[in-house]
Amino acid sequence: MKALILVGGYGTRLRPLTLSRPKPLVEFCNKPILQHQLEALREAGVDHVILAVSYMSEVLEGAMREQEQRLGIRISLSHEKEPLGTAGPLALARELLTESSEPFFVLNSDVICDFPFTDMVRFHKHHGKEGSIVVTKVEEPSKYGVVVCEAETGRIHRFVEKPQVFVSNKINAGMYIFNPSLLCRIQLRPTSIEKEIFPVMAQDGELYAMELQGFWMDIGQPKDFLTGMCMFLQSLRAQHPEKLHSGPGFVGNVLVDPSAKIGENCTIGPNVTIGAGVVVEDGVRIKRCTILKGSRIRSHSWLESCIVGWRSAVGQWVRMENVTVLGEDVIVNDELYLNGASVLPHKSIGESVPEPHIIM
Amino acid sequence: MIQHHIEACAKVPNMKEILLVGFYQPNEALSRFLVSAQQEFKIPIRYLQEYAALGTGGGIYHFRDQILSGGPEAFFVLNADVCSEFPLPEMLAFQQQRGDAHSFVMLGTTANRKQSLNYGCIVANTETCEVLHYVEKPSTFISEIINCGIYLFTPAIFQHIGKVFQKNQQELLLEEGSNGWQRAEVIRLEQDVFTALAGCGKLYVYKTDSFWSQIKSAGSAIYANRLYLSQYSQRHPERLARNSPEGPSIRGNVYIHPTASVDRSAVLGPNVSIGKGVTVGAGVRVRESIILHGALLQDHTCVLNSIVGWDSTIGRWARVEGTPSDPNPNDPYAKIDSETLFRDGRLTPSITILGCNVTIPAEAVILNSIVLPHKELSRSFKNQIIL
Ligand SMILES: Nc1nc2c(ncn2[C@@H]2O[C@H](COP(=O)(O)OP(=O)(O)OP(=O)(O)O)[C@@H](O)[C@H]2O)c(=O)[nH]1
Ligand SMILES: Nc1nc2c(ncn2[C@@H]2O[C@H](COP(=O)(O)OP(=O)(O)OP(=O)(O)O)[C@@H](O)[C@H]2O)c(=O)[nH]1
Ligand SMILES: [Mg+2]
Ligand SMILES: [Mg+2]
Repeated sequence: MKALILVGGYGTRLRPLTLSRPKPLVEFCNKPILQHQLEALREAGVDHVILAVSYMSEVLEGAMREQEQRLGIRISLSHEKEPLGTAGPLALARELLTESSEPFFVLNSDVICDFPFTDMVRFHKHHGKEGSIVVTKVEEPSKYGVVVCEAETGRIHRFVEKPQVFVSNKINAGMYIFNPSLLCRIQLRPTSIEKEIFPVMAQDGELYAMELQGFWMDIGQPKDFLTGMCMFLQSLRAQHPEKLHSGPGFVGNVLVDPSAKIGENCTIGPNVTIGAGVVVEDGVRIKRCTILKGSRIRSHSWLESCIVGWRSAVGQWVRMENVTVLGEDVIVNDELYLNGASVLPHKSIGESVPEPHIIM
Repeated sequence: MIQHHIEACAKVPNMKEILLVGFYQPNEALSRFLVSAQQEFKIPIRYLQEYAALGTGGGIYHFRDQILSGGPEAFFVLNADVCSEFPLPEMLAFQQQRGDAHSFVMLGTTANRKQSLNYGCIVANTETCEVLHYVEKPSTFISEIINCGIYLFTPAIFQHIGKVFQKNQQELLLEEGSNGWQRAEVIRLEQDVFTALAGCGKLYVYKTDSFWSQIKSAGSAIYANRLYLSQYSQRHPERLARNSPEGPSIRGNVYIHPTASVDRSAVLGPNVSIGKGVTVGAGVRVRESIILHGALLQDHTCVLNSIVGWDSTIGRWARVEGTPSDPNPNDPYAKIDSETLFRDGRLTPSITILGCNVTIPAEAVILNSIVLPHKELSRSFKNQIIL
């Protein structure tokens, strides 16, 4: 089977991290976001993945050659000269997608969940129509576009953008499976699959919704990235508790790369991910944070709800909180307080940021 | 604050007695302080309580018999709310060198033009140093020389204060139904006495370049602490903490009371005072702050630009931070501004002050806030007065 992953967005909402590398390569729970999907796809029998890319494609290309080796699958890159939206890239990759007559997967690159690919195939074959999309329940549907469908079969009636009165609590989870005949509906120009293709398919009775069990998160912005991390670690606790770190000084679900070094008298957790080569000095308190590869957190600092970018250095007695995000190679001087700061790559911070701000 | 005054007075040769004059009810803390100060400085110290706030001149006039008992040739009067090197021997020498045993001397220092308006301003004869003109807090520029609130008087000063008293009495007698006698005793040294004495050949100014500051706002207490610590580093280096293999890391000037217990992994300074019986845990950082007696700083706390009140407790990894309000470092004559607590209806960012017996929970941040005594906080606070 084949899968096409949409990785061509600029990832603007995950800046400053996406200023240094494309969003699919940002590590989520110590693994590039894309790798979570590649591994799950292979598990479901996918042997050919097509990445629909538009910018920073060289970096992606290098990384994908490695993944090809590691996973033993074929990975093709489909370059677009201008961003083609979420449907246009399918038209561009038409030849690759029609090499066989099997249905294929299409995925947004920045959703995280227990990927239900095997179930999707079964569901899709069962109703026998052109497309299936995965939907997930949300608490506040008025913030999203919702999907209204038949309870028993999952046949989709319509889509409603940001409904003001309750019509449904199910939203598009960004994972689809289509028959190749879908490609007749898409032209080679910038097109939104959600807004321009799905409503027509629904009208034709060709689109079905499969409800996702378990957690789901769009991790395309820092706040949700952290929430998604909490969910992912919780599911790891249920499925592979041995992968989590435990012992004195560790509280709740904590994921630590084996090459990271943690000092004495620290309290880490709950909900912390510590990347490769990270050094956490003595007496540090971290909760609900992701610390990316190669960073150093100096002694007695206190971090909550932060993402620390690659190779950054956080000084002693620093307090960082409220979705502070450090880009790559940022230096935070000793004794500073960062509250909701977004710090661009390669910056050195010499003054506290007591209120949320972007530091250029 | 006044222990520094007492120490300076006790050093003056032939100082017989120190009187504290105020209008508040003496309490146990004051009595304890008096006992320990008398022991430490080996001089009698008494507190005299006014029946009402009589102003800066009224109190000493009311207690003139007490002050004159034992027949002193001269006596000093010091405002309590200043910090200074207190060049009292120099003021005495200045008076004697002038050859007039009956002149009065006030200590003056230089301010910048703008800030001088917040003080008593002195115009003096450049050669004789006689005060020719004195205005308290003028509205337009008068002089860059300001009154430090430190005076050397002879008993004759009471004649001049007495004249003001009598004048007040006369004026009040003309008013119907007023209790003339009581209100006549309220006398301001600055406006009522010095202004009249200026230009009469009686009042002189001794100018000093040594450190001096008012301690009126919260922020100025930390500034005053820094000035005293820097004086210690020059005059009494033995009073300051030094780096040692067993002790905490010391940066710059730090005072640690011998009864305080400070973990060796703590980092203190610059400009930190640690009071009696204070406990400082492992990995604690304190900078530009005063920690008053009995306080407990638990492991990994960070205290910056703050005053931590008596017996307060700060939980692990908590951060207590204020905003310094230092005088302009590029102007040698700049003084600290006594900021008002509120500006445009908002609390002006200032140092953080915890009253006595305040509890800060672990991992909280308290920023630019004032916490009243006996509060047990349960979360973080910023830019607030917590009642
Ligand atoms: N190939 C391709 N993929 C796209 C394009 N626009 C968005 N995508 C992808 O579609 C998915 C959903 O897009 P968004 O959630 O808007 O993410 P994004 O555009 O990368 O990020 P933002 O800039 O924060 O909106 C993501 O996986 C994107 O990579 C495009 O023009 N071309
Ligand atoms: N005993 C006594 N002392 C007083 C009284 N009023 C002020 N003082 C003290 O005199 C000194 C100078 O006080 P003030 O004249 O109020 O201070 P200032 O420097 O003029 O500043 P302002 O408060 O702005 O007038 C301080 O040490 C006060 O504590 C009083 O009524 N009785
Ligand atoms: Mg987008
Ligand atoms: Mg006054």
